[in-house]
Amino acid sequence: MSDITKQSLSELVKNIKEKKISSIEVTKAFIERSEKSKELNVYVTEDFSAAIDKAKRFDENPNLDLKLPGIPMAVKDLFCTKNVKTTAGSKILNNFIPTYESTVTQNIWNEGAILLGKLNCDEFAMGSSNETSFFGCVQNPIDKDLVPGGSSGGSSSAVAAQLTPITIGTDTGGSIRQPASFTGIVGLKPTYGSCSRYGIVAFASSLDQAGPMAQNVRDCALLHEVISSYDEKDSTSIDFKRNNYVKELTNNIKGKKIGIPKEYRVDGMPKEIEDLWKKGIDYVKDCGAKIIDISLPHTNYALPTYYIVAPAEASSNLARYDGVKYGFRADGENLIDMYEKTRSEGFGAEVQRRIMIGTYVLSSGYYDAYYLKAQKVRKLIKNDFDEAYKKVDAILTPSTPSSAFKIGEKTNDPVSMYLNDIFTVPVNLAGLPGISIPAGHDAKGYPLGLQIIGKAFDEQNILNIAYAMEEKINFKNKITDWWIK
Amino acid sequence: MSIDLKTIKHISKLSRISVDEKRAEKLAGDLNSIFEFIEILNELKTENVEPLTSVAETTLKLRADKVKSKNLREQIIKNSPQENEDYFVVPKVIE
Repeated sequence: MSDITKQSLSELVKNIKEKKISSIEVTKAFIERSEKSKELNVYVTEDFSAAIDKAKRFDENPNLDLKLPGIPMAVKDLFCTKNVKTTAGSKILNNFIPTYESTVTQNIWNEGAILLGKLNCDEFAMGSSNETSFFGCVQNPIDKDLVPGGSSGGSSSAVAAQLTPITIGTDTGGSIRQPASFTGIVGLKPTYGSCSRYGIVAFASSLDQAGPMAQNVRDCALLHEVISSYDEKDSTSIDFKRNNYVKELTNNIKGKKIGIPKEYRVDGMPKEIEDLWKKGIDYVKDCGAKIIDISLPHTNYALPTYYIVAPAEASSNLARYDGVKYGFRADGENLIDMYEKTRSEGFGAEVQRRIMIGTYVLSSGYYDAYYLKAQKVRKLIKNDFDEAYKKVDAILTPSTPSSAFKIGEKTNDPVSMYLNDIFTVPVNLAGLPGISIPAGHDAKGYPLGLQIIGKAFDEQNILNIAYAMEEKINFKNKITDWWIK
Repeated sequence: MSIDLKTIKHISKLSRISVDEKRAEKLAGDLNSIFEFIEILNELKTENVEPLTSVAETTLKLRADKVKSKNLREQIIKNSPQENEDYFVVPKVIE
């Protein structure tokens, strides 16, 4: 079958279960296409020969009751994979081999999937374009020299280019939804506490969540069902009854109340984003949902709040990289000198910038003015959503304020880079689930996404709304395979 | 408010990241533009607002403090940039 890599995850699962194709055929097809796609730079580590061995072993004794039977899958290089190098896109972890497996990836392998390799990302997931990775930029398959978004840029590019049937990313301020939007795929950031953070290289612990990135909503629901679990190894994991997300997936959203927050009409928003949003509103109306205007008055304060909270948490999480027990070490005249040189040479510019911001806002004399202030504003932002959800079941917004931009276009201006996450960051601050679905193209033919934000633990509802909208939108990604010679 | 070179040096020391003059100047510029962007929070009155420390409204669960993993000493030591059989090695600390 030459068209294996064109199949969705759900189709591949069905075909393997019906014994129409084998795991080895599927695995080889994705490896072959990946070999021809080096120019996209999606892989940091390829684990292809091990994948072929695992696929052979699966076919010898296939367990077809599993949810991901013999499905090959590459994952973001922020998830620790036992005995497979895990770098977090950083020089400082360039030679780190974990002795343990993250819970989320373990859940995936337990359902029969096979690791293809580790995908490029912004260094420590800090970035919105994948340009901060020590391993270089990732190309967006939509067009040459276009960023794939970030931080899960290798993940978004790999799914859009059909180098993996599906993948997982992590989202601290938009790192699943923004790259999904930039590459024309579906990305879900689950409720905080839904997926275990155990074994995920930590960036900002009160915001980080793992989630699926997929070609369509059904695939996304399937992977979410696999990765969402209570885990006693993560003290913030929440023990609630998880749905059978695929079985309960429905396009019947009649009578659902969808909120449209007026504060998301930001100054200078391109007309095509405004038009896309209007189209989205029409689609949900067509599906029988009710549109309700709402207000989230503190929206404008979300990004500044995020750029205090996230760096503060990052500065303390990244204190562990000292060149002693693992990772890169630079020579120094004494212990302190070794620490300072290791961190100066081992971390890239954006990571250093954020560690410095975080250190500053937590330092004596500034803690109350910045960190405590931000935590209070974070409460106001969460209250806005609590208030809104008394009136509506979900909220519809654009995913990003623009389509993908060119590599190098925003690297000299950190604040303009941060503005990319203006619509996604409030969701992380409030701990809510959000999904980005491809909803149209701009004048250049680049994909644009819409975001549906749900109540905490109400992933089923936003998946259903996304599923209903997907059917109406009938989005087709415009990918020409320009990188294949 | 403005972050000067002296402040950058101070934060760099606290962060254990060495920074040369040229980088310090660039960082001062970057941090100033970021803090200018953050200043908008001062518009809000927050005296009576409770700070939000965690969105997960649950109490921490307790579990037995038991070792569950096998002895991984060898693999763990192998990740170290400099090792001497059973030890992590660092530059001399005591003269």
